[in-house]
Amino acid sequence: MLRPLPLLTALVLTGPVAFGLLGTVLPAFGLLVPGADAPMAEALAWPGLPRALAVSVLSGVLSTLGALTVAALILAGWHGTRAFRWLERALSPLLAVPHAAAALGLAFLIAPSGWIGRIPATLFGWERAADLLILNDPWGLSLTAGLIAKELPFLLLMMLAALPQTDATARVAVARSLGQGRVAGWLKAVFPGVYAQVRLPVLVVLVFGMTNVDVAIILGPSLPPTLAVQVTQWMTDPDLTERAVAAAGGLILFGATLVVLTVWLGAERLVARIGRVWVWSGRGAPERVSRGLGLTLAGGSAVMVLAGLASLAVWSVAARWSFPDLLPEALTLRSWDRFGPDMAVTAGATLALAGAATLLSLVLAIGCLEAEHRFGLTLGQRALWLLYLPLLIPQVAFLPGLQLLPLSLGIGPSVWLVLAGHVVFVLPYVFLSLSGPFRAWDTRLARVSGGLGASRNRTLWLLRLPMLTGALLTAAAVGVAVSVGQYLPTLLLGGGRVSTLATEAVALSSGGDRRAIGVLGLGQSLAALLPFALALIVPAVLFRNRRGMRHG
Amino acid sequence: MGDGLRIEGATLAQGGRRLLSLDAHVAPGDVLTLMGPSGSGKSTLLSWLMGDVPTAFRAEGRAILDGRDLTGLPPEARRIGILYQDPLLFPHLDVAANLAFGLPHGGTRTGRRAQVAAALEEIGLAGFGPRDPATLSGGQAARVALMRVLLSGPRALLLDEPFSKLDAGLRDRMRRLVFDRARAAAIPVVLVTHDEADAVAAGGRVTWL
Repeated sequence: MLRPLPLLTALVLTGPVAFGLLGTVLPAFGLLVPGADAPMAEALAWPGLPRALAVSVLSGVLSTLGALTVAALILAGWHGTRAFRWLERALSPLLAVPHAAAALGLAFLIAPSGWIGRIPATLFGWERAADLLILNDPWGLSLTAGLIAKELPFLLLMMLAALPQTDATARVAVARSLGQGRVAGWLKAVFPGVYAQVRLPVLVVLVFGMTNVDVAIILGPSLPPTLAVQVTQWMTDPDLTERAVAAAGGLILFGATLVVLTVWLGAERLVARIGRVWVWSGRGAPERVSRGLGLTLAGGSAVMVLAGLASLAVWSVAARWSFPDLLPEALTLRSWDRFGPDMAVTAGATLALAGAATLLSLVLAIGCLEAEHRFGLTLGQRALWLLYLPLLIPQVAFLPGLQLLPLSLGIGPSVWLVLAGHVVFVLPYVFLSLSGPFRAWDTRLARVSGGLGASRNRTLWLLRLPMLTGALLTAAAVGVAVSVGQYLPTLLLGGGRVSTLATEAVALSSGGDRRAIGVLGLGQSLAALLPFALALIVPAVLFRNRRGMRHG
Repeated sequence: MGDGLRIEGATLAQGGRRLLSLDAHVAPGDVLTLMGPSGSGKSTLLSWLMGDVPTAFRAEGRAILDGRDLTGLPPEARRIGILYQDPLLFPHLDVAANLAFGLPHGGTRTGRRAQVAAALEEIGLAGFGPRDPATLSGGQAARVALMRVLLSGPRALLLDEPFSKLDAGLRDRMRRLVFDRARAAAIPVVLVTHDEADAVAAGGRVTWL
């Protein structure tokens, strides 16, 4: 039962990616899709290509650099202080907020007629919103800012988890006793070790930034959009031959991603060399400025996302709310009456899909980890790269193939294909979340239980898994949050017929009905956040009389 | 020549319970040895001198180093070096860069390189500059850690059981090296230890906490 699971898991992680890439390469060069002769030439001849590619690369690289810099500055300047704990508490829940919902909130905030724009309008008595292209600006700056705000909590929590392994506290103490300031000491002595640990997550952020679709539709430019958005438009074009062009476009973006990744890895070496020169020079850093900047940017980005969510909430219960007013004239549940029932149905479908994908992922992850424990079977040294593979290959590069290849075999888009697609992206996060606590479990308990005559299965079901209730629920919550946030797999593998909160929210974003967006964006956030609340509450209630089960 | 380290009315408390109180003057080149059971607050006293008391503790009193009141100064401005049980060399830097880490800013590039090379030679590790610190033996790493502190030009040196992880034979040589160096640099030393042999080798006053 257990022995084939590691291999099966490896197949789940690599199969769809390989299969999908094949299904993208073939049509891109005129095979598989009838009627498309020279799709690659057509994609290359698209007049918007240079700009679309430039904005994709720019927003991806700048948002990664931005999020990484702010996360490093806040850790360097404030780790261990009260301000840091406050910020950590504000940022952690934002990790679970789906990209689409966070982006919709930000759009409400920074649009010329949004909350921020209303402040000067109220002060100076403007009658109409300023005619500024802040949102959807042609160079993707608002897209970049939105990505920074959303990826900052992710990178910060990943780096925080890496700190104990780098002996950070002792290293900073030594660096400071040698005369280095807090920020300079942290950057010189701790950052290289932390970066080495979070390198893969950083690359995931880089690839996501360059190739995401949902955030780019909501915050990004439109004529031309980013390349990933354009590929999605080609994929959903009623003219079937356009899908071959989409495949070609996806491949071009994949190529660009590989180039950027190579340059990034080269830049890592360059930065390491500059860092050594800095160490040798004995120079410090502008301590005050760095600390102020770190706190301002991190706090500001948390406030922006939270205010965006608040803006969604207020719009969802707003009666009349005309332009320069900071608050609506009255509150009403009318929008919830109107859009709520439909949203609830979609939410049910979304959560069913998320639950199924999470359950499958949990079975695979637990199976792998238990096989590792019993037989020493692991996915090998490269297991970590394997887990990150579906996250490092752009979705727009292999999802088109994952739709086109089955289609050519007579398998149309369906909810089952969507489910399979979700598992590919949920599994890595569930595995990463569960593996730490699972491996940390005291295996002497298994030996004690074996000595009492319990079989290995009995030990797993009655001892290990119940003791890991908290970790299992957290991993499940992570899985559900990831699934609830998936836009492109749902859209492409469902052929537009499977609708979830993510696809609905993004579809509404172009319409401009702020009340509907408010209801849906809030619904999507709650669907992702509620499982985390349960993961905190359930173990606390279950083990309320078991002191040994707290904090673990 | 400075006045050394004066500790005036230092008291440490944890959750309302008083751990220790201390008044002391350590002259330049002298060693003050603090001994006591675990939990007596010895290491926390060192943290207090460094300017980095854990939040669970409350500290009062003041420390004056060469006539300079340290109260309120951040760790990097105190010019107090410390050696722990572990050498805590930075694993991503080579041995030479570890030594250069604490060199005060200034001088030419070649000058700094020469300073580091000379320091390596002094501790019998000439040519070890480009080495990965992880490839050093325990004794070599301990010597590099000592030299790293000394190159930063400290006005006082704190020792937090720095010999306890060394082999017995090595321990003696390392003790002599550390105390000789501190005396040569004419800086006050505060040693925290469990090992009476450390206290004997230090040769200074011993205070039981």
